[in-house]
Amino acid sequence: MGPSVTIVDYDAGNLRSVQRACEAVGLRAKISGDPEVVKRADRLIFPGVGTAETAMVTLARLGLDEAVVTFFKTGRPLLGICLGLQILLEHTEEGDRDCLGIIPGRCKRFEFGDPDLKVPQIGWNEVSQSADHALLTGVPAGAEFYFVHSYFAMPDKASHVLAETTFGDRTFASVIGRDNVFATQFHLEKSGRFGLDLLAAFGQWDGAVC
Amino acid sequence: MLSKRVVACLDVKNGELSKGVQFVATEMLGDPVAKAKAYYEDGLDELVFYDITASSDERNIMLDVVQKVAQEIFIPFSVGGGIRTREDAAGLLMAGAEKISLNSAAVLRPELIKECAQAIGTQNTVLSMDVRAVTKNTACPSGYEVVINGGRKAMGIDAIQWARKACALGAGEVVVNSIDADGMKQGYEIKLTRMVAEAISVPVVASGGAGTPAHLQSVLTEGKADAALVASMVHYGDYRVLDIKQYLHDQGIKVRMNY
Repeated sequence: MGPSVTIVDYDAGNLRSVQRACEAVGLRAKISGDPEVVKRADRLIFPGVGTAETAMVTLARLGLDEAVVTFFKTGRPLLGICLGLQILLEHTEEGDRDCLGIIPGRCKRFEFGDPDLKVPQIGWNEVSQSADHALLTGVPAGAEFYFVHSYFAMPDKASHVLAETTFGDRTFASVIGRDNVFATQFHLEKSGRFGLDLLAAFGQWDGAVC
Repeated sequence: MLSKRVVACLDVKNGELSKGVQFVATEMLGDPVAKAKAYYEDGLDELVFYDITASSDERNIMLDVVQKVAQEIFIPFSVGGGIRTREDAAGLLMAGAEKISLNSAAVLRPELIKECAQAIGTQNTVLSMDVRAVTKNTACPSGYEVVINGGRKAMGIDAIQWARKACALGAGEVVVNSIDADGMKQGYEIKLTRMVAEAISVPVVASGGAGTPAHLQSVLTEGKADAALVASMVHYGDYRVLDIKQYLHDQGIKVRMNY
């Protein structure tokens, strides 16, 4: 049997696609919205689509906000995806919400003067590694991943920015992390072979940065 | 830099791939899942499935197709056709679709866009509109009119105004299908695509008329589309997805080449 991961269920979009991608790389993936199950998981995936406001309200109602923070403190591997990355920070401009605060910093909306730059950013874009990280060693230079988002992360500490992506004239943190948490703004479950490779690497990761 | 997307559209009828010309004269082309997988392996960026069957029994066949695709293909895909309620939309997402695409039902009841956007998120709610060129008139000042029911019914609604309204209601992406160009392989409706792209602030997918890679180049530059949809030109084997992308890359268009 392969490693087991728990996907946090908080009514935030298509968890089945994350689960299927896990299965495709040999991970046993279960979906759970029970805070006790989340706290005890071997590895946790914190996905999410939709709005940060709705997500934070739902997480609080289900007691999952505290459960995710408690899980983080255990030192076991935690993977945030898309909105699941954004709400790891302290605050988001989306609905002016306070978030989980696992990574210092905030999220801001894309704003461009050029009307040809459409928001949300939807599509494939390059991810360039900016810090050494065990999970990024297998990602080739120039590899593209699939993004769908209107807000982006601005961690306070440069060392928490693991990879960057440029959209219009804005270069933003597309992968962030610290200690045992690793988070991607892109949907690695929808990013073809390179996304699956990253997910497989997460399944083997011991939670150490390098 | 964000890449332009090449999207393959698969019309599915009773679980089988089909392709029409100007929305009629449908021909059956085999297993949609096998086709989709071949395109995925050739570097396709995204898939769109349209369920062109009508009855509710047949909708279960579509859910089955969606589930199979979701198990084998790890790029985004949307599903359209016959979505009339937010429950229909949520069911397709649960089956594995990334986005849902609203068409006729949204024209008849625009609130559906808002309901779906609230239920599954703006970024997963796509408006697909079927459009034909008409003489400019007071109802359709742009000279483009929205039609529904697979092109059979003209609505007297202006295409540009409809695109704007749909975005205000929560559509996160707009697919512009030209009925006049559909299946003709003579190129996309560049003018229409550009007008829509300039009118709205969400991404636009051009659809209808692709016959050569040069057609994609035109619509992705002159037409200001963010993505270009192909069907006949790949379904019949005239071109492979990787050849189309190589051509676009050679012409200086940013597309995903490493996959």
